Amino acid sequence: MKLEAIGLKKYFPLTSGFSLRGARGWVKALDGVSVQVAEGETLGIVGESGSGKTTLAKLFLLLERPTSGSLLFDGKAVGDFGREDFVRYRRAVQAVFQDPYSSLNPRMRVGQIVAEPLPRDNGMSRPMVAQRVAEVLQLVGLPRESPALYPHEFSGGQRQRIAIARALVTYPKFIILDEPVSALDVSIRAQILNLLKHLQETLGLAYMIISHDLAAARYLATRLAVMYAGKLVETGECDAVYAAPLHPYTEALLSAALPLHPSARRQRIVLAGEVPNPVNPPAGCRFHPRCPRVLPQCSSQEPEWREVKAERFTACHLY
Amino acid sequence: MRESSPLLVVEDLKTYFFTRRGVTKAVDGVSFTLHAGETLALVGESGSGKSVTCLSLVRLVPEPAGRIVGGRVLLEGEDLLQKSSAEMRRVRGKKIAMVLQDPLTSLNPALTIGTQVGEVVRLHQGLRGAPLRERVLEALRRLRIPAAGTRLRHYSHQFSGGMRQRVSSAIALSCAPRLLIADEPTTALDVTIQAQYLELLKEVQASAGVAIILVTHDFGIVAAITDRVAVMYAGRIVEMGSTLQVFDNPSHPYTRALLRCLPDVGLKREQLVEIGGQPPDLARLPQGCPFAPRCPERQPICDETYPPSVPVAGGHAASCWAAPGAKARA
Repeated sequence: MKLEAIGLKKYFPLTSGFSLRGARGWVKALDGVSVQVAEGETLGIVGESGSGKTTLAKLFLLLERPTSGSLLFDGKAVGDFGREDFVRYRRAVQAVFQDPYSSLNPRMRVGQIVAEPLPRDNGMSRPMVAQRVAEVLQLVGLPRESPALYPHEFSGGQRQRIAIARALVTYPKFIILDEPVSALDVSIRAQILNLLKHLQETLGLAYMIISHDLAAARYLATRLAVMYAGKLVETGECDAVYAAPLHPYTEALLSAALPLHPSARRQRIVLAGEVPNPVNPPAGCRFHPRCPRVLPQCSSQEPEWREVKAERFTACHLY
Repeated sequence: MRESSPLLVVEDLKTYFFTRRGVTKAVDGVSFTLHAGETLALVGESGSGKSVTCLSLVRLVPEPAGRIVGGRVLLEGEDLLQKSSAEMRRVRGKKIAMVLQDPLTSLNPALTIGTQVGEVVRLHQGLRGAPLRERVLEALRRLRIPAAGTRLRHYSHQFSGGMRQRVSSAIALSCAPRLLIADEPTTALDVTIQAQYLELLKEVQASAGVAIILVTHDFGIVAAITDRVAVMYAGRIVEMGSTLQVFDNPSHPYTRALLRCLPDVGLKREQLVEIGGQPPDLARLPQGCPFAPRCPERQPICDETYPPSVPVAGGHAASCWAAPGAKARA
């Protein structure tokens, strides 16, 4: 099984105030992104705010429709899905969100929260549902009496475990993790990261982890995709990208991440300027106004997305 | 060790919150010193007391629930806890300035940036008119805000996150304070913008000679820019030393566990070492060491008495019963 995006674009209309006269322009949140996640692997998607990471996740979760491009599940385009395909898709692709304080309904008991993704009409009896809930709660390491309790009775780390249990309950193949540890205390992050890794190994899950925390992404990811201003700038095997980034943006992003020891203080590449405005992105390569290795053609020609080395793709005029 | 007298001496600071649920000891006996031009990191998890420590230094603890119940805060020899509120107003912004986590909430959306920077300068230095404008421009330029002349008339929503944090730093540094308290200043910023900001902060510190207390939970930032570190847990400093000492020879089990449980961009780890359990409930602290229930090196004495601070090396100390010599000091 494979989840694939081909040339995915998502533009949001920019309307002026209360006027009903159409859009003044478009926010190009995602502008032609192609990625795939194969069974059992972890794709890390890194980039800064405004790079389109979360929009990509929303498209994969069918929470937004793409402006153009297509999403393939098992070779079949989501656009051609029938009712049954949607049920199958939603069961196979689940999500865990950043903040377990807002992603769990405070008025529902944990048992109800975790059982909610289970389809109502597939003939599961109440005891069967309760048994499945107990199973996944045990998988994520929550106490047996949890189903009767409310989310506020749990700590941040435990709440994120509830969210993970809810994602697991439908026997998914793919889980989209949107900043899964960013809202948690430092001492709790390791517990959740280890749990995610363990679940992947035992259940054969594929993850798509969206993170601005490069260290957390590195810990889980097997492949890495770097995004900038709505486009992919580089993909490749995770360790290879960390060891020798190709795109100057990847290089700067990795060098801005701070290593955990003072003796590793090193010359950082400090980028000037900021992430461009998605309404009017720069012509040519979107990174060229900030790029330390800019070439004359970068401001006019958009670099082509291609395989520069084995399994290493980038869009940059340097290669 | 330095010869000069320290800029800031905090002795046995205690700030409690009195609530219906009982007394929450948010800060429970914190002591440290800071010299001019030095950068001290206060690290810890949420609820460890780092932010309340900072608020106590400027006497902005939310009252009436919160109260500073003991200790001394000496800034250049004067005890801030003895000052009247009118006197404190002359200290805040002039001698001690603060930068908070989220510049979008710490800046006033209804006033221009120029007005907000100008307010501080006007109040503390009594400048008006052209000289005031000159000082405001200088403050903005020092934090490299491009086109400062036009930016003066803009509102905070017209700035990006990184620029907003520079504006609030410009406000903080406009009256040349001796001490800057930066409470998670880069948490709301992207990584590349964080790098820009930290770089700029170091530069401004070097030229202005201001001492910085940097509150953070990110050991990467600590490693990158600070001189000394104080690790906090449940309202107390459990370990303090120079940044190199603490990273090279973490001497409290909590510090050791924290450093081992973090994924590092520099290396791939097969398995992260977890810290079991949960951060403690401050209203129901155990009698002995609050980290004991989660500690791999727990001994019977840990549940009975809070450990003394034991020197590990010059300027490096940890509060732990497992540290050599701890029992002799008790």
